[in-house]
Amino acid sequence: MFLINCPFCGERDQSEFSSGGEAHIVRPKQPTELSDDEWAEYLFMRKNIKGIQFERWNHVHGCRKWFNVVRDTSNDKILSVYKMGEKPPVNYK
Amino acid sequence: MPNYRIHKTEYIDETKRVSFKYDGKTYFGYEGDTLASALLANGIHLVGRSFKYHRPRGIVSCGAEEPNAICQIGSKKDLTEPNVRATELELYEGLEASSQNCWPNVKFDIGGINNFISPLIPAGFYYKTFMWPKSFWKKVYEPLIRLSAGLGKSPTEPDPDIYDHKYVHYDVLVIGGGVSGIIAAKMAAKNNFKTLLVDDKKILGGSTIYQNNESVKIDDKLSSEWLKNEIQEIKKLSNLTIKTRTSIAAYHGYNFLLAKENLTDHLPEEKKKNKIRQRLWKIRAKKVVIATGSIERPLVFNNNDRPGILLSNSINKYLDYYGVTCGENIILFTNNDSAYETSISLHKKGIKNIIVDLRKSASSELIKQAESLGIKIYFNHVVTNTFGYKKINSLEIMKLSEDGNTTIGDKIKLSCDCLGMSGGWTPMVHMHSQSGGKLDFRDEDQVFLPKENSEDQISVGSCNGDFDLENIIDKTVNKINKFLDIDNQDYQDTNIICSKENDKRNIWLLPNKIPLGKTKCFIDFQNDSTAKDIKLALKEGFRSIEHVKRYTTTGMATDQGKLSNMHALGVIADTAGVKMGTLGTTTFRPPFTPLTFGTLVGRNVGKFFEVVRKTSMHEWHVENNAEFENVGQWKRPWYYAKNGENMHDAVQRESKAARDSAGILDASTLGKIDIQGTDASEFLNRVYTNAWSKLAIGKCRYGLMLNEDGMVYDDGVTTRISENHYLMTTTTGGAANVLSKLEDYLQTEWPELDVYLTSVTDHYSTASICGPNSKKILKKLFPNLDLSDENFPHMSFKEDKLENINCRIMRISFTGELSYEINIESKYGNSLWKMCIEAGKEFNLTPYGTETMHLLRAEKGFIIVGQDTDGTMTPSDLQMDWIVSKKKYDFIGKRSLYRSDTIREDRKQLVGLLTDDPKEILEEGAQIVSDIKSKPIDMLGHVTSSYFSPNLNKSIALAVVRSGKTMKGQKLIIPMENKNINVTVSDTIFLDKENKRLNA
Ligand SMILES: [Zn+2]
Repeated sequence: MFLINCPFCGERDQSEFSSGGEAHIVRPKQPTELSDDEWAEYLFMRKNIKGIQFERWNHVHGCRKWFNVVRDTSNDKILSVYKMGEKPPVNYK
Repeated sequence: MPNYRIHKTEYIDETKRVSFKYDGKTYFGYEGDTLASALLANGIHLVGRSFKYHRPRGIVSCGAEEPNAICQIGSKKDLTEPNVRATELELYEGLEASSQNCWPNVKFDIGGINNFISPLIPAGFYYKTFMWPKSFWKKVYEPLIRLSAGLGKSPTEPDPDIYDHKYVHYDVLVIGGGVSGIIAAKMAAKNNFKTLLVDDKKILGGSTIYQNNESVKIDDKLSSEWLKNEIQEIKKLSNLTIKTRTSIAAYHGYNFLLAKENLTDHLPEEKKKNKIRQRLWKIRAKKVVIATGSIERPLVFNNNDRPGILLSNSINKYLDYYGVTCGENIILFTNNDSAYETSISLHKKGIKNIIVDLRKSASSELIKQAESLGIKIYFNHVVTNTFGYKKINSLEIMKLSEDGNTTIGDKIKLSCDCLGMSGGWTPMVHMHSQSGGKLDFRDEDQVFLPKENSEDQISVGSCNGDFDLENIIDKTVNKINKFLDIDNQDYQDTNIICSKENDKRNIWLLPNKIPLGKTKCFIDFQNDSTAKDIKLALKEGFRSIEHVKRYTTTGMATDQGKLSNMHALGVIADTAGVKMGTLGTTTFRPPFTPLTFGTLVGRNVGKFFEVVRKTSMHEWHVENNAEFENVGQWKRPWYYAKNGENMHDAVQRESKAARDSAGILDASTLGKIDIQGTDASEFLNRVYTNAWSKLAIGKCRYGLMLNEDGMVYDDGVTTRISENHYLMTTTTGGAANVLSKLEDYLQTEWPELDVYLTSVTDHYSTASICGPNSKKILKKLFPNLDLSDENFPHMSFKEDKLENINCRIMRISFTGELSYEINIESKYGNSLWKMCIEAGKEFNLTPYGTETMHLLRAEKGFIIVGQDTDGTMTPSDLQMDWIVSKKKYDFIGKRSLYRSDTIREDRKQLVGLLTDDPKEILEEGAQIVSDIKSKPIDMLGHVTSSYFSPNLNKSIALAVVRSGKTMKGQKLIIPMENKNINVTVSDTIFLDKENKRLNA
């Protein structure tokens, strides 16, 4: 059970949050221009990294805000938390 | 009756005699006893039969590691509990326990015959033997195994006990109240850390608390006396909480731990009443100190499992803590110094004992002490066999060869009534491992030790591989100072004197002249697996420790291999000729000891199992005989049984009334999302498949929402209340997910949109009135409202007051009838409902439930998302192409609607089905085929909705069928268990295709 530091509410138990999968997958602005393969890339393809992963979380039983998390999946340590629209911290690239 | 209680101790209150029953016979013990110590005091060692061979088995240990003394407690159908370890169960007046795993009884056991046919029960026996024929499994093998293996009986009635959960937060959690745990807790608490110390025993102190050997002294006191002072001191510390009878069950990431506190298991029945039995502590600790100690290892030799063979240190605890001797003529078999403490203590209490030591010689203080007391020691000897069926009565020892691989010389037969084994110590690294910590292997004494302590967790004491007291205390103090970044001086001048072990010799599988195949060298007592089984598994090609474990079932019993895992690894390493450290270990999984379901569930039982949501009208529904259906957490009226009607009759009556005159439905549970902001219209354009910009204020529109993969996700009617204000409705079950999904897009993809979403599902109650007379009823309720089709047409919205209370009225229809939905603030919901019922009386306004609603909409071919769809249906599959805007550049899921897979013409598509026999009602979920003779039968689809329509007087159904759109008029077959039902594919709309009834 993680402790997640919601950028709006502070540190809370994982049970208040829901995970939204990989972060920084931007919905294509012009989906109609995309080939089936390109659209499938956006729609289906997700990384599953052992190590440092960027993911989205929603404080669903709290402020309902979505935000980003940098997590090391090998030990579940959350390394950084940042708001939507903010750039991922460079030191974890 | 024999009495093995030979001296007084401060932990046994001999003024408080306790009577208890074991296997139906009454015995006496004292307050302070465990069931095991009381049985031993009565001379009872035999406590069960082994799992596979049904060999007689006795008490082996004095703690959580006990493999044999597993009991069934009580006999009441609701309170009986299996798999309780007698070594942990505190004795109380009236306790009733019986041995498990023996049928018909412990002394005469029919399964004991397995012992004589054991050559036929090799490793993997169950996999190999009980495989074929398949039909034998259920009727022959399983009942036989269950009956004679007797894994205890589950209670058959609900548990009446109360269980509790509690969340707590601490700066420091210390697991284990032995000497290192006590020191750690004291240091933490005295340095302003809010500290919790837990220990699974009744009192603190671990094994040091009954230590009484003169060679172990702290500040010139016996170590036990010194520790008692320490305990007195820590009890005074204000920011230290001490929880005894509390064991950590699981250590999860982020220092989240679960602990079980036993509150009443040690109390007689009348004192248990109305009290919380067990409490599950959910602990968040900033830092965790693991001080869980170590467990003594057995030794693996032929017939090492007879009753009367115990761990040496357990013999010591029974003697010095409980005052009970495990025999009168004891042999201690060891490879290390700790058995000498037991020996000396026995000797001092007048119990004759001798020592058999694997080591060639040894020279510590303890050994000198034993020698000076004249205790006979056989160095460089090994026990090769034991004798005695229901209890050990003698054994044979032989000399070990130089390399320890064989025995030499003549057998020496020694008589005894008890044998203590000490194969060294295994640090309890379970907690460290559960938290994700890695292990190192120390060759010198063959132990796995915690590795890489993180900054928020540390292991101290013997669970960290420090075994002598001086080492334990010094290292604990140093490590805690560093770990907590403090400079505690309390133990600076503590003077510790203890015997130092100088000599070690470890042999996992002890040598024997008898071939291994003819021996019974048990490794896992509870699951009855032997060294031979493990060797056989290796011979058959198993290599991974995880595979060997599963194949031989070693370490898979309720004790989770606390006594057996190391020996299994050792035998594997030796046989395979690899270093033990390279093998790794099996995974340590929670719980450390078994938990009751009650503890896990806590108070969330019965009506507290799940949140129940009720509408404002709920009471009225109850009073009017509604049967309820669970829709998510909501209780929705399913149908209203009138005058003892069954469901079918009620639904037929309700459906007919709704179309003939008027019906009323509680629609309060539909999800409602309030959408406001200058970009609200644009937002709806993006989330629904159809266009919203042109929806006039005061109008309603049905919308279909897709997932990005193009599949139908939710639907509902949205009303434009004002320029920048909409009210969206969702399905009852989908409300929370829809809100979540909309928030996701709004916050992450389109943050530039000025839109605000608020869930208002619980804010409004909704009464939906439909039927040709609904307008007349509305007129009575809202006499000033112009209900004409010109002013208030279908798909429009008005506000009016009902006795000064504002109502939102939508003229929308899910039944195909003329229909109004009246929304009012929830607190007035029940009044609104009653006023509607009153106004509708003269029109036979009939309340109807979800079943009738489903039937009425099915007559009109309206889908229910989640019933007629399953996450694989596109709008086109549902024959709803009309709702997908061709003009809009983009909306959620649009691009997916022309992926190669979504444009396939042979997708499953929604169709209507009419049975050839109009009285035949199809089963929802039934498979649909066209050719019953082909093999395998080609499955075309399945029935999604099916009803008998009273309005059409025939059976109707909706179904999804491969290429269904092109099949209208075709005959299909629904094969059922006893018959094949012939159906014809039809339109999905069965009634009023022209929508005349909407304006009736
Ligand atoms: Zn928050």
